[in-house]
Amino acid sequence: MMETTPRRRAPTADDLRRRPMRHLNERLIELALAACATVSLVTTVAIVFVLFSETATFFQEVSFQDFFLETEWQPLFNPVSFGIWELVAGTVNVVIWSLVFALPVGLAAAIYLSEYAHPNTRRILKPVLEALAGVPTVVYAYFALTVVTQDILIPLAGEDDAIFGDRISFFNSLGASLMLAVMILPTIASISEDAMANVPRDLREAAYGLGATRLEVATRVVLPAALSGVVAAVLLAIARVVGETMIVAIAAGSTPNLTLSPLESIQTMTGYMLQVGLGDAARGTVDYQSLFAVGAVLFVMTLALNIGAQVLVNRFREVYE
Amino acid sequence: MAVERAAAPLATLAASGAVARRQAVSRGSRYVLLGATLIGVAVLLFLGYETVDQGWSRLSIDFLTNYPSRFADRAGLRSSILGTVWVLSLTIVLAIPVAIGTAIWMEEFAPRNKLLALVQLNLANLAGVPSIIYGILGLAVFVRFLDLGPSILAGALTLTLMILPMTVIASQEAIRQVPSSIREGALALGSTRWQMVRYHVLPGAMPGIMTALILAISRAAGETAALIMIGAFTFIAFDNTSVQDDFTTVPVQIYNWTIRPQEAFRQNAAAAIIVLMVAILTMNLAAAIIRERFRRP
Amino acid sequence: MTKTVEVAREVEGRLTATETLPATERISRPAETPIIEVEHFSAYYGAFRALHDVSFQIPERKITALIGPSGCGKSTLLRCINRMNDLVPSFRREGKMLYHGLDLYAKEVDAVEVRRRIGMVFQKPNPFPKSIAENIVFGPRVNGMKFNTAELVERALRQAALWDDVKDKLKQSGLTLSGGQQQRLCIARALATQPEIILMDEPCSALDPVATLKIEDLMRDLARDYTIVIVTHNMQQAARVADYTAFLMMRPDRAGELVEFGETEQVFTQPRDKRTEDYITGRFG
Repeated sequence: MMETTPRRRAPTADDLRRRPMRHLNERLIELALAACATVSLVTTVAIVFVLFSETATFFQEVSFQDFFLETEWQPLFNPVSFGIWELVAGTVNVVIWSLVFALPVGLAAAIYLSEYAHPNTRRILKPVLEALAGVPTVVYAYFALTVVTQDILIPLAGEDDAIFGDRISFFNSLGASLMLAVMILPTIASISEDAMANVPRDLREAAYGLGATRLEVATRVVLPAALSGVVAAVLLAIARVVGETMIVAIAAGSTPNLTLSPLESIQTMTGYMLQVGLGDAARGTVDYQSLFAVGAVLFVMTLALNIGAQVLVNRFREVYE
Repeated sequence: MAVERAAAPLATLAASGAVARRQAVSRGSRYVLLGATLIGVAVLLFLGYETVDQGWSRLSIDFLTNYPSRFADRAGLRSSILGTVWVLSLTIVLAIPVAIGTAIWMEEFAPRNKLLALVQLNLANLAGVPSIIYGILGLAVFVRFLDLGPSILAGALTLTLMILPMTVIASQEAIRQVPSSIREGALALGSTRWQMVRYHVLPGAMPGIMTALILAISRAAGETAALIMIGAFTFIAFDNTSVQDDFTTVPVQIYNWTIRPQEAFRQNAAAAIIVLMVAILTMNLAAAIIRERFRRP
Repeated sequence: MTKTVEVAREVEGRLTATETLPATERISRPAETPIIEVEHFSAYYGAFRALHDVSFQIPERKITALIGPSGCGKSTLLRCINRMNDLVPSFRREGKMLYHGLDLYAKEVDAVEVRRRIGMVFQKPNPFPKSIAENIVFGPRVNGMKFNTAELVERALRQAALWDDVKDKLKQSGLTLSGGQQQRLCIARALATQPEIILMDEPCSALDPVATLKIEDLMRDLARDYTIVIVTHNMQQAARVADYTAFLMMRPDRAGELVEFGETEQVFTQPRDKRTEDYITGRFG
């Protein structure tokens, strides 16, 4: 049954020819795999199409000027007004305040992990820190409202409900921003640490050779050299804050408000979108369409932030790899 | 400076003066920086403690098996746990073939050209799209246009699209870890490309792909905003039996209880958070174990 | 080893090379039937030309060595014989590569069919991270051959002189074997698909001297039934095992070209080209 010696017969041209069935089989598999890959392309096309077609109908009802030049966002009560800036201000508000907390802490953590920590310490600490990114944001939202605002900020404000003389409202940007800061801490720390770890050794050694201390090497040599990576980390963190919904919807309030104060109740773009999603806005109403108009602005913002981060990361790789 | 230098005994190399000050600052900085690194962890532990403190007393078999209720002490997670299991199972079923197929095509079959670069760039950008955008995509396309309603199927399709980019990117990474000598060995024996992938690349990359999938599913398990957008914020007092059913999930239930003003519902939320976090930590632990177990020597 | 010393002495004794051979005289045709005929073969990676107009014939059931300094295109040439270079996206070639008179690069020829007839063993042993038996069975299985697993595994392992070492641990991973054993497993794996030709790309470069000698003995045994083409940077190895030797070198434009092809004895003792002589007497490379 089995040949005991290798093939003796010289092959004919037919032997080397493609087996049609096997070839077809292989092609079909390849086609199926390629079809899988188109899903992601179709998703993008669908997102863009849905956002912009609904937005286009929205702008038949609401003028461009009202959307971009009015400052009041009041879609539910007469007189209705769709000025996006109050929502944008809400988003910018939480971006600023979350960065105020997360940036110094995140950078310090990145410097510690990259320049100070023993490799074993880093191997343990880094995943633990990254675990913060795996906590569902609704959980952070719960903490922001109950623990941060209710148990800490309000008692801190005391009788007159004020911090530094300003009245704090129950739903406020500060509580949300503190939890957003925890949420983006791993993004800033981990990506900055990667960038710093990629700074060539000889740069550090040169600085040590000139008598610099560890802290000076870290802050004056490594950090500037890794700057584009750090900026990329910050852009990605901002994109996460801009896109985050649950924390701001639960803890920051639902009052469109043109303010950067951390103590007032505000509403972000995502907060508004969730509010509409909770109600049952009928298709074709201006409420339903405003959802997509705000979504489109949100999409463009996060896309720009992500692309900016990618460009910086690529530039960083070009320089050092 | 000159005076200081003269004052230092030349026989020692001990730092003095400005150098000593700089060194002291630098040494001190270690503890400040370590402190900053541990802040996140400390916050996590503190919040964990607060949650357990708040919710522990509410945890019981009844809490897991009761339907939601107007009365906080009778309300439970039954329908939201079932809904979570249904929607995640369907998401896994949908995401596995598409994610692995995409990753294989990109790494093993696709011609190295502009189209591939576009697909890659597109994936990177999709991974950064906020989940609420996936939510309104699901609302417009699956719930309204395809008329699936706020069903488990619509939820799973939405979550699948949401986790696809991160799963594909991590799977590609796993596939790249398979050494090219294995691929050459297989092809040199007269295997077709698919046979090579099927028998060697996929088995080699499987631990990495499973890790990626578990992490993605754990993210989907905590997703709230996208599911609220497609209509999962609803009162369900029956057991799901089909993918066309309306549904709710544990995170949506947590949201529901968190926004109630009554303290008793907050406790329910804390208890539900314990349940959700145990599930998510278990998934993360499983992913970590798989990764360590199959780590290449 | 002694043979090498003899060869080296002889080389010193009678050097008769002329300066540079004209292209038409660089090859002496083998007396045996050729199984592979290389005709005016050039290979490119993108704009870079890796091989320049190579022509010679590889005789059936003999060992042919491809030698030359690194970068001379000997591995490229080897990988063109079973179309492994098709996997490099920028690869392109001109000229013909005939196998039993059939052009391997003809449009209707399937590279997969080519590879199951022309097996390959690589520089670094690359057993699959599976059991020894599964390593052997993979080729025949994907090629749709009918076989009895136990018989097939035993025969392939015996042919590769590995049976006695591993017969009790066929279910163990191939990666648990020593480097030399791994390489013999790779040879056994290639033999299991019953190829006619086995290409070996510096198969001993990652092995110690003892393992190297074992593989060389094995090659001599296999040459009774198989055609073997081996790329080696080790001239002594070529002198020890090869019946025929092709010497390649880099041209000034960095493309590899065939300098001389002939019986090993002749190439090593009476090189006809000055460059071959310089190379084998160690004056460069």
